[in-house]
Amino acid sequence: MTTADARAMQPPFPAERGVDAYNTKLGMWVFLASEVMFFTALIGAYIILRFGAPGEWARPGTVLNVPVTAFNTFLLICSSVSMVKAYASIADGNQKLLKFWFLVTIICGASFVGVQAYEYLHLIHRGFVPSGVRDGSELAELVANGTLPGASLGLYGSTFYTMTGFHGFHVTCGVISMIYLYLTKVLPGKYTQQNYGGVEVIGLYWHFVDLVWIILFTIVYLI
Amino acid sequence: MESVQHKHPPYLLIWLYLFLLTAAELGLAFELPISRNLKLLLLLGTALWKALLVAMFFMHLKFEKWNLRMLFIIPLPLAVILVLAVITEKIW
Repeated sequence: MTTADARAMQPPFPAERGVDAYNTKLGMWVFLASEVMFFTALIGAYIILRFGAPGEWARPGTVLNVPVTAFNTFLLICSSVSMVKAYASIADGNQKLLKFWFLVTIICGASFVGVQAYEYLHLIHRGFVPSGVRDGSELAELVANGTLPGASLGLYGSTFYTMTGFHGFHVTCGVISMIYLYLTKVLPGKYTQQNYGGVEVIGLYWHFVDLVWIILFTIVYLI
Repeated sequence: MESVQHKHPPYLLIWLYLFLLTAAELGLAFELPISRNLKLLLLLGTALWKALLVAMFFMHLKFEKWNLRMLFIIPLPLAVILVLAVITEKIW
C-alpha cells in the first residue's frame, strides 16, 4: 500500500472518543437501555390494568407480606453497596477487599432469591396464585367475608407474579454470573488495578436490578 | 480495561441515605394519616429519588460523559409516552 493509498483511507475528520467506554461496558449500557423499556412495559401494563380493573384493588399489606419484602429490599440495597465497594477496592488495587465485598454481594443476592422463594411459597400456601385466589384457601375466606375485593384479584395475582417473577429471574441470572466470575476471575486474582472491566460491567447490571426493585417495591407493595 | 478515574463517592453514606428513605417510605405507606393522592405522590417521589441515587452514584452516571447518560435517559420519556398513550386510549 502506498502512502497516498493510506492517506486516502483516513477518515476526513479527527477521530472522536465517543462515549469514552470500552466495548463490554458500552454493550452493557445498551443492554440496560433495552431493559429499561422491558421493565417499563411491565410496569406500564400494571398501571393500566390496575386503573382499569373492575372494582377496588387490594389495599397494601392485606395480601402481601410487606415486612418480609422490606427486609428483602434492605438486603438488595446492601448487595448494591457491597458491589460498589468491590469495584472501588479493585480500582484502588486491593485484591483482598475485592474478594470480600464480591462474596458479600453474592451472599446478599442469593439471600434475596431465597427470601423471594419463601415469600412465593407462603403466598401460594395462603391461596394467592397467579390466577387470583384458590378456592377454599385463607384468602378465599377473606374474599367471601368482604375483607378483600375479589373482582380484581385475578389481575392482581397475574401482574404481581409477572413483575416480581421477571425481576427475580434477573437477580438469579446476576447471582449465577457473579458466582462464575468469583470462581474464575476474582478468586484466582485475575482482576488488577489496570484490568477490572468485568467487575464494573457486572456491577452495572447488579445496580440496575437494584434500581428496578426500588421502583417495583414502591409500586407493587406500598401503593 | 478500566474507566476514567474519579474520587470514590461516600458509598456508605449513600447506603445509609437509601436505608433511611426506605424506612421513611414504609412509615409513609402505613403510618402517616394523609390523603391517598398525596401519599401516592410522596411515595413515587421517594422511589424515584432512591433510583436516581443508585444510578448517579452506584452506576457512576454522575461521572460519565453526557452521551452515555443519554443512552440511559432517552428510553425513559419514550416509556412514559407509551404508558400515557395506552392509558388515554379510551378517551379517543
